[in-house]
Amino acid sequence: MRPLSAFQRGEYARICQLSGPIGVVQRLYELGLLEGQVVEILGFAPLGDPMEIRLGATRLCLRKADAAGVLAEPYSDSQAHSCS
Amino acid sequence: MTTPRTLTVALVGNPNTGKSTLFNALSGLRQRVGNYPGVTVELKKGTVRRKDYIWELIDLPGTYSLAPRSPDEMVAVDVLLGRHSHEAAPDVIISIVDATHLERHLYLTTQLFDLGRPVVLAVNMIDLAAAQGLKIDYEVLSQRLGVPVVPIQANKGIGLTELQQAVESAAAKGSPPPPVSFPQPLEQELAQLQACVGEAVPPFLLRRALLDIGGSVENDLVARCGATLRQQLQAARERLSAVQCPIPAVEARTRFGYIRSVLQGVVTAPSQRLRTWTDRADQVLTHRLWGTLIFLILMFLMFQSIFRWARPAMDLIDSGREAVGGAIQSGMAEGPLRSLLVDGVVKGVGAVLIFLPQIVILFGFIAILEDCGYMARAAFLMDRLMSRCGLSGKSFIPLLSSLACAVPGILATRVIENARDRLATILIAPLMSCSARLPVYVLLIGAFLREGYPSWLPGVVLFVMYLIGFTVAPLVAWTLKRTLLRGETPTFVLELPPYRRPQLRLVLRRMYDAGRAFVVRAGTIILASMILVWALLYFPDTDAFGRSYPQRIAEAEAAIEELQKQLPQDPSSSEANSTRRDDHTTAQILAEPRHLMAEWKRQSWLGRVGQWLEPVFQPLGWDWKLGMAVLASFPAREVVVGTLGLIYEVGDVDPAAITEEPSEEGEHEQAAGLMHALRQEWSSDPLRGRYPVAVALSLMVFFALCCQCASTLAVIRRETHSWFWPVFTFVYMTTLAYVAALLTFQLGAALTDCLT
Repeated sequence: MRPLSAFQRGEYARICQLSGPIGVVQRLYELGLLEGQVVEILGFAPLGDPMEIRLGATRLCLRKADAAGVLAEPYSDSQAHSCS
Repeated sequence: MTTPRTLTVALVGNPNTGKSTLFNALSGLRQRVGNYPGVTVELKKGTVRRKDYIWELIDLPGTYSLAPRSPDEMVAVDVLLGRHSHEAAPDVIISIVDATHLERHLYLTTQLFDLGRPVVLAVNMIDLAAAQGLKIDYEVLSQRLGVPVVPIQANKGIGLTELQQAVESAAAKGSPPPPVSFPQPLEQELAQLQACVGEAVPPFLLRRALLDIGGSVENDLVARCGATLRQQLQAARERLSAVQCPIPAVEARTRFGYIRSVLQGVVTAPSQRLRTWTDRADQVLTHRLWGTLIFLILMFLMFQSIFRWARPAMDLIDSGREAVGGAIQSGMAEGPLRSLLVDGVVKGVGAVLIFLPQIVILFGFIAILEDCGYMARAAFLMDRLMSRCGLSGKSFIPLLSSLACAVPGILATRVIENARDRLATILIAPLMSCSARLPVYVLLIGAFLREGYPSWLPGVVLFVMYLIGFTVAPLVAWTLKRTLLRGETPTFVLELPPYRRPQLRLVLRRMYDAGRAFVVRAGTIILASMILVWALLYFPDTDAFGRSYPQRIAEAEAAIEELQKQLPQDPSSSEANSTRRDDHTTAQILAEPRHLMAEWKRQSWLGRVGQWLEPVFQPLGWDWKLGMAVLASFPAREVVVGTLGLIYEVGDVDPAAITEEPSEEGEHEQAAGLMHALRQEWSSDPLRGRYPVAVALSLMVFFALCCQCASTLAVIRRETHSWFWPVFTFVYMTTLAYVAALLTFQLGAALTDCLT
């Protein structure tokens, strides 16, 4: 498990745990970023922050500081559907 | 015939669901804006006339949820609950969702179910869903959710009649949909809390108070029911956390779990996700290199459009103002009334209208960028830069626009949802060096830093003047966000919506709304301040012997005409000149009107205040003339040039003549004359003669930082709905400007002493 902000462009991540300021966590939940969901890391802004992820059909932009509170594990299709 | 019944209908949806399009399609041109005390939110209201009903349609701001975290977001909840004194609770709520984001958007819909009001679900963008290969069974969806579901395509007007019928029959039935049931432990906690607080608190609010930790509802209820409620809520949350119902996760899990079960079999999507248009476009538009490049080009175009393209329209308004002024001038007898009309009212109205081209063009740009989905990308690209001073990427475009003019820039802050970020951006926007400061810079640089200095120096000084704004504005923002505007860091979780073709009607509507809002609400304040300063400069209009200045000037002008009649047709014939009168007397007669004008302004109320305040200006290296010109420039910065022209007896100088190619020979000569007069006058003065550059720089620095702009203050008043913020802006900027000008002069003078 590592923070979402530490993932590379093009990687897939399965969300394990959300923490951080309550406002951010609640907003992420509202947007459907729940534990167990898989997101694709689309990349980072030219100045290195924020980052862009894809969750289903939705593209989200979040600051690295906020993404650091989202713990996730690398995900690939071959992997088992469990969250360690 | 029966009288139609009034129906209050609220329109609620996520951002980027086409909510505004639906609102416009339903209410057409019958729209108005409602303000709420204490918040910056504006609710749009429209009227829909139907056979049996007249709808009062309320367009609530786009939101992801009903979990308010600020007073602004609380307005939507209050309106939906009918807690607002101006508004009845809605008879029906239209929940609009995007067919291509059904799962995510239904989250808000299920929250609306808790309100106990009939809900109609409008599924928009069915064409896009079809294009992506999505098939949706609306009938089953309606059965499972327990609400009427209407597929629509708002931009083409498809499905609107069905939607209207569904709303009206829902109103007639009046039955609310079944709310999503939460895990048993949570419902039990809620029941216990309800017993504690009593029936006065609506169950909806109590549920929100429990689910939204530290949210507006919790704070509201605690203020009403006492601090014990906070402890009770906290204890309840801890108990829930122990039984696998952690807050806030439990709400998202419950609702999305419910939504997924509802959508099971209702939506059929192609097994492979299709690469959309947006995916391809974003590869370029958010690319490190290309994305940045395209962004810079777009911003340059936008800046150019407000800086240059608006010029012809502005010139047209200017010449229109002159034509009207001229017509009044020649059609009316000399007197205070004529002067009031020409120099107060017509100039004032002109000063209001002159902003319209810039505002309308900028809002056209912003509407297109927002409507097509690019605005969110711009915020994405610029966020890092702006986050250093506590703002977000959304502040970039308003601040950039402020380089042309703070008035459209401040209006553009409406793209910032977070109230505190928006306020901070509004307060620093006037620090950006706007185009009205340019004539002041150019005049002073031309007068004092051109001759005898290297040719690169004027350009560098001009650049430094702009740099002052770029440096001070982030510092002020940083300070504000840590003091006055301190609070919870706003969440910068931004949705990058799919790209769509902008709709012309929506764009035109935004342009019209922005222009109208400015003229109606800010225009009156601008006009009033123009008239006030006119009066202070006009009165008293008699000299110490009770003779009227306007009359004396008219006489002096008549004397010139007389003189010109005596002169031969060809003025270059020097022989004829010397034979009639000596040159000295001629020059005296010619200068008399300007001399009288200067004397009049000197003894006007504003002139007296300027002289009285001279000790205040002294440390900046200014005399009362400069001080008075600065005071007179309160309606607009560039006025300082004209006022300086009047006091230095070169006539009313048009600021445009300084920065632009001369359209009329006379104007340009006047501008050059003012530079000459400034140099001459200062050289004969012991202080300014010794430190002309330090004085010029101090004046420039003052103008770089001050808020001598009634229009900006009027717009701040209009956008913040309070007098506090414009007063605050004026005070902080003037203080900053004074201190900086003081330092500039004192350091400049000390440096001059060192070098010589």
